[in-house]
Amino acid sequence: MNSKNNKLARKKRISQNIAFGIFTAISYAIVALLFVILAFIVIKGISVISWEFITAMPSEGMTEGGIFPAIVGTLCLVFASMVFAFPVGVLAAIYMNEYVKDGWIKKIIKQMTNNLAGVPSIVFGLFGMSLFVNQLGFGDSILAGGLTLGLLVLPVVIRTTEESLKAVDATFRQASLGLGASKWQTTSKVVLPIAFPNIITGLILSIGRVSGETAPILFTVAAYFLPKLPSSIFDQAMALPYHLYVIATSGTNIEKSRAMAYGTALILILIVLISNLLANALRKYYGKKVKMN
Amino acid sequence: MHKIESRNVDFFYGETQALHDISLSMKENTVTALIGPSGCGKSTYLRLLNRMNDLIDNTRMEGSILIDQKDIYLKNTNVDDLRKNVGMVFQKPNPFPKTIYENVAYGLRVNGIEDKKIIEERVVTSIEQVALWDEVKDKLKKSAFELSGGQQQRLCIARALAIQPSVLLMDEPTSALDPISTSKIEELIHELKNQYTIVIVTHNMQQAARVSDNTAFFYMGKLIEYDKTKTIFTKPAIKQTEDYITGRFG
Amino acid sequence: MRKIKDTDLKTNLKQLKEKIIETILMLSGAATSITVVLIVFFLFIEGAGVFNRKPIDDGFILAVNATNQVKGLHPSQIKDIFDKKITNWNQVGGDDRPIVLFRTSDITDYYTEEELGPDFEYFPEKINELIQKQPGIIAFFSDKYKSDQFVGKELDIDKIKVWEFLSGEEWFPTAQPIAQMGVKPLIYGTLWVSFGAILLALPIGLAAAIYLSEIATKRTRSLLKPLIELLAGIPSVVYGFFGLVVIVPLIQSTFNLPVGETALAGSVVLAIMALPTIITISEDAMRNTPRAMKEASLALGASKWQTIYKVVMPYSASGITAGAILGIGRAIGETMAVLMVTGNAAVIPHTLLAPVRTIPATIAAELGEAPNGGLHYEALFALGCILFLITFGINMLVELVTNRKSHKKH
Repeated sequence: MNSKNNKLARKKRISQNIAFGIFTAISYAIVALLFVILAFIVIKGISVISWEFITAMPSEGMTEGGIFPAIVGTLCLVFASMVFAFPVGVLAAIYMNEYVKDGWIKKIIKQMTNNLAGVPSIVFGLFGMSLFVNQLGFGDSILAGGLTLGLLVLPVVIRTTEESLKAVDATFRQASLGLGASKWQTTSKVVLPIAFPNIITGLILSIGRVSGETAPILFTVAAYFLPKLPSSIFDQAMALPYHLYVIATSGTNIEKSRAMAYGTALILILIVLISNLLANALRKYYGKKVKMN
Repeated sequence: MHKIESRNVDFFYGETQALHDISLSMKENTVTALIGPSGCGKSTYLRLLNRMNDLIDNTRMEGSILIDQKDIYLKNTNVDDLRKNVGMVFQKPNPFPKTIYENVAYGLRVNGIEDKKIIEERVVTSIEQVALWDEVKDKLKKSAFELSGGQQQRLCIARALAIQPSVLLMDEPTSALDPISTSKIEELIHELKNQYTIVIVTHNMQQAARVSDNTAFFYMGKLIEYDKTKTIFTKPAIKQTEDYITGRFG
Repeated sequence: MRKIKDTDLKTNLKQLKEKIIETILMLSGAATSITVVLIVFFLFIEGAGVFNRKPIDDGFILAVNATNQVKGLHPSQIKDIFDKKITNWNQVGGDDRPIVLFRTSDITDYYTEEELGPDFEYFPEKINELIQKQPGIIAFFSDKYKSDQFVGKELDIDKIKVWEFLSGEEWFPTAQPIAQMGVKPLIYGTLWVSFGAILLALPIGLAAAIYLSEIATKRTRSLLKPLIELLAGIPSVVYGFFGLVVIVPLIQSTFNLPVGETALAGSVVLAIMALPTIITISEDAMRNTPRAMKEASLALGASKWQTIYKVVMPYSASGITAGAILGIGRAIGETMAVLMVTGNAAVIPHTLLAPVRTIPATIAAELGEAPNGGLHYEALFALGCILFLITFGINMLVELVTNRKSHKKH
């Protein structure tokens, strides 16, 4: 009897050890994979990156020179999309979290926001092309691409802002309202300042997302090759992710432009890494500050 | 003449009835303690007095509550003005993430007072009223988070006083504080009584006995007994009250 | 007296301001709903156009000899005729007469350049003559060459039907004379790649989720979690590039294939991309298992591992399912990475080791060359509609699964 029990216990222990060993190994393998991808692009790309690469126009059929117009184009797109998505998203989140009562309106808005978040990015591209480029006549332009990207990140901005607002303790609101402050005074003077760091964190993450999106800009703004900088929001522009796609798959000379592709990929990765690190640092910094309470 | 008067108040969270037929009146410049076990409805009742429960979705109130003979649940009641007149202090000290000075000035600013002189005067008076002046006069521009818990709670009281309410609601104001801070707040309540009508929710029966003139005992959403504090704590009329205050409850 | 009025005015102004602000907030709140409605509207308006058209390029006609009995043809018949699979009119309900194919470029077989005149100005006349002369002819040409005294008979071509669009097995949207608009290979391609990805990612993701939620120390978890989330932040075009330069050659050499751009390459890349979604959502679900439930199992002498697969996993099953479904949704909608590694051959796949083409990749690759408002353009929007419906359905499914979970909890 006893030995049977022992045997069972041993079996249990062994199977647990095997299972846990596998899970642990897999988890670390995933992280290792991340580092492999990052390291691969960093190692291959680092030698390409130079002052010239960042500040020069592409030349020789995009096999030499730099990616300056693509960087500028991506900055323009990030800016244009955020000018739209940030205020609208923050206001929508305020409406959802501070104003609207539980009920069917809230449910519908929530469901629709979820649905919008689930729309594939290429569908945003189709939509942007149909509405902004053709119907509204913006043509292939920073305006059309920026708005398309803005709509794409809108759910992200709303979600992160809502979470930031939810994290604000309810008694702050009650205290302010208890002093005779109106709803908007309470929201703007008490709730938003407290939630601000987290909202900004969300903004930074959205910027990371926008700068890497390719499919929505394919037909709304992106130029294959444009050796000049955009001068207005109605101009076409190059963009980093599209540039990478082009020189990786259909450039004039794919082999020759490989180096440029590694460099571009590295810049893209850096944008994502930096925005993530920045967001985390901000969260930690303000997290400490609020904990003092 | 009663300062606060509630008549047959029922209150519902969705389908659940949280308060049953509460009729309760309080005289001006008195301290009324609301006692009872958790979930008995005493906090809910307190929050009805400045319509704080409006913030919770799916709630419904029946009956009427009058402050200064005016029904505060009428359609045309200006809730902002009501809350200006009925100040509130919360369980946990909750100063805003602003400077000490700005915390107290906040209520004045949101109520449209812009004159710097008036603001400064009121801020100083309010901080003096809560006996905090000596402790903070040199750091008015520092963050309110730098104060201790007890100081923060007194600051929150000062914040409520700055807009010159006539009623002060306190929802377990000392439950998060140490004994020394607690006794300071209790002293403060004694002094404020001369100018304000105070309603305080407390878990602590000694506190109720120490600070209040009248005590109301709530149980399961009903007002069981309401009388002079002395009477309640010496010879309560109802068995349930006696059981609760003598700790023989449940 | 005046003072009272003043404060009244102030209160009114304050209330007005509040109302205006609330309206602005409400409008912003409606932004996402409006966008979804607009997306549906524009996508379906443009996409539905394809079913109102004949699968022939704008401005082109098919004409036969006036004596020909055949009045109209089905697109597939026309295709077979031009592919020379149908060679006699009696196969399509006409007289027994061999079919003579004619495309604009064939004109020089019949007439010299002098006869056609400079700038082909006699072209309409000659075509007219040719159609009259050749009883078995079927001619495909631009209607600008249709002469005023046209003696041939213009063929009726059936419009594209929804069912044929969905079940058609060939996707050659720019083929002439008849565009082949069958999305079956694209739907198959999308599903193959996506399910391949989930097959790879689900076990791996689950293992990682179990590790993070049940095995790892708090410190390890707080270290690994952000890294795994970082995986979600890498742009898809970078994944595509990585896949192109690393995974594609690897697959090519491992399986000894002529090309490495295969469904498998797409699945591998998509699996990596779907991992963070699956891990995050399943882990959240597992961590939501009530502590008391786990402790009860442990107290009965179950090992930690037994507790995980007998208590934690069943409890969080709906969360795990939601994670898997969302992962599939991501994979189905993913564009750039797939476009770059799957080889984009529009054929129904029979093995993961063959090139495939997915719906998003098709749109991305072809929309740039499709003339605005044309047949091809509208067909791509119709593809967008299909994609939208699939992902929308997936979202609803996730909603259903997670709602069931919250019911169970209460």
